[in-house]
Amino acid sequence: MKKLDIYQFFGMNALRMCMGIVVFILCVIFYDILSKGAGKISWEFLTQMPRNGMTEGGILPAIVGTCCVTLITGIFAVPFGIGCAIYLNEYAKDSWQTRLIRMAIRNLSGVPSIVYGLFGVVLFVNMFKFGTSILSAGLTLGLMTLPWTITASEEALKTIPNGYREGSLALGATKWQMIRTNVLPYAVPGMLTGTILGLSRAAGETAPILFTGAAFFLPALPASINDQFMALPYHLYIMSTQHHSIVKVRSIAYATALVLIGLVFLMNLGAIILRYHLRKQRRE
Amino acid sequence: MNKVEISNFNFYYGQTQCLKNISFDITSHQVTSIIGPSGCGKSTFLRCLNRMNDLIPGVRMDGVINIDGQDINAPQLDVVSLRKKIGMVFQKPNPFPKTIFDNVAYGLRINGIKDQDYIDDKVQESLKNAVLWDEVKDRLNSSALALSGGQQQRLCVARALAIAPEIVLMDEPASALDPIATAKLEELIVKLKEKYTIIIVTHNMQQAARISDMTAFFMQGDLVEYKHTKQLFTHPDKKITEDYITGRFG
Repeated sequence: MKKLDIYQFFGMNALRMCMGIVVFILCVIFYDILSKGAGKISWEFLTQMPRNGMTEGGILPAIVGTCCVTLITGIFAVPFGIGCAIYLNEYAKDSWQTRLIRMAIRNLSGVPSIVYGLFGVVLFVNMFKFGTSILSAGLTLGLMTLPWTITASEEALKTIPNGYREGSLALGATKWQMIRTNVLPYAVPGMLTGTILGLSRAAGETAPILFTGAAFFLPALPASINDQFMALPYHLYIMSTQHHSIVKVRSIAYATALVLIGLVFLMNLGAIILRYHLRKQRRE
Repeated sequence: MNKVEISNFNFYYGQTQCLKNISFDITSHQVTSIIGPSGCGKSTFLRCLNRMNDLIPGVRMDGVINIDGQDINAPQLDVVSLRKKIGMVFQKPNPFPKTIFDNVAYGLRINGIKDQDYIDDKVQESLKNAVLWDEVKDRLNSSALALSGGQQQRLCVARALAIAPEIVLMDEPASALDPIATAKLEELIVKLKEKYTIIIVTHNMQQAARISDMTAFFMQGDLVEYKHTKQLFTHPDKKITEDYITGRFG
């Protein structure tokens, strides 16, 4: 073999190994959770309240809680995020102020989630007097998701060819007409994908909801957005470290993890299907 | 009759001056072509006429461009209605990812026209004027992106004609087309001057000679020479024009 071929051989296999390691780790995690949790999953587990100090019964309140909080997060983060992205990409001039704002947004997505949690306590729980509730927790998660939504939406807007914009303006469209009819419709699939990925990350977060509304245990489902709630990630944390008989509830913890992964997977799947349909519509 | 009057027009992009003291008049119902080597400012000039350069940050201009006697850079001028008066066809065909019908109807709809019969008529008329009707009349509801490059460019012409402009600007409209599609487009341009004032930027000198009545030769931001196309190509006043049109540089 020639020298270059040897380089080629080792280089390619090194890259292949990197990929293999990542896939292997992912498979091990998934296998571990699936093998220890799948047996516990049943219709009862998904639809009943926890019983006997959370050693029996289901995790319905945690599922409902996580869904409600994620909904609030979405209602807050999606319109604001998309609005911000439209402003930054279509209206804002490329000045140092804009660049500073953009840099701040990028950096915000790197702020540890527990910091968002503390900020949520100060702002929503205490200052706005929303109390520890679904609303406070949802808004806190919304704040955390916002940088992701903005960045993803902005990237989606950047993929729209300038010819669509110029062509529209040259026909006498106002700027907003141009954005509404010739930019947004084609950017929405990309925006949705990024946004839903951000939301599914929020659904799995524990730290931001820890002080803002998540409860250790509640005997009933939340009746309004002003109530406290149980959430899957927090429930998982309790079941693995805080429960009085951790060994006994280990299988519940694994099953909870599996449900959480399943929920996130469903959201991502929804994003993929939605995007596929919108793309297909556009092509026709 | 002068449709467009340009006097002492300067255009700067940041620190660079792209157009230097340009002055000339463009006659209505004629084809005026602008030729010159790459980077001479011909596209920039064309985009000044419908103020497309407004979109680019950091540009500056002075001097006057009058269209129908009205200063188009006047602060009180409504740029949206200016652009309704001026159709534009871009260098790269840019059909929108909509149906053929919706592409042509786009300009009408954003102008608030809702009367479906009127839109139907206008779309048909515009496609006929752009010599595309026979090729697409059976598939108006299929995607414009499925058309060939030449058809896409004629669709863009039809789209520009639908809003009934007075001036049509074309920025190297044939540069992405094959010879047959180019010939069709040129035929169309000559036909269109009955109704419209056409200003076309081209790097193809034969094209300018074939289709235009007047030709302006730009060079490094200067307007070197402007006269009747025949005269410019047979008896250029300046040595540099002669060098360019005989292919000694460019």
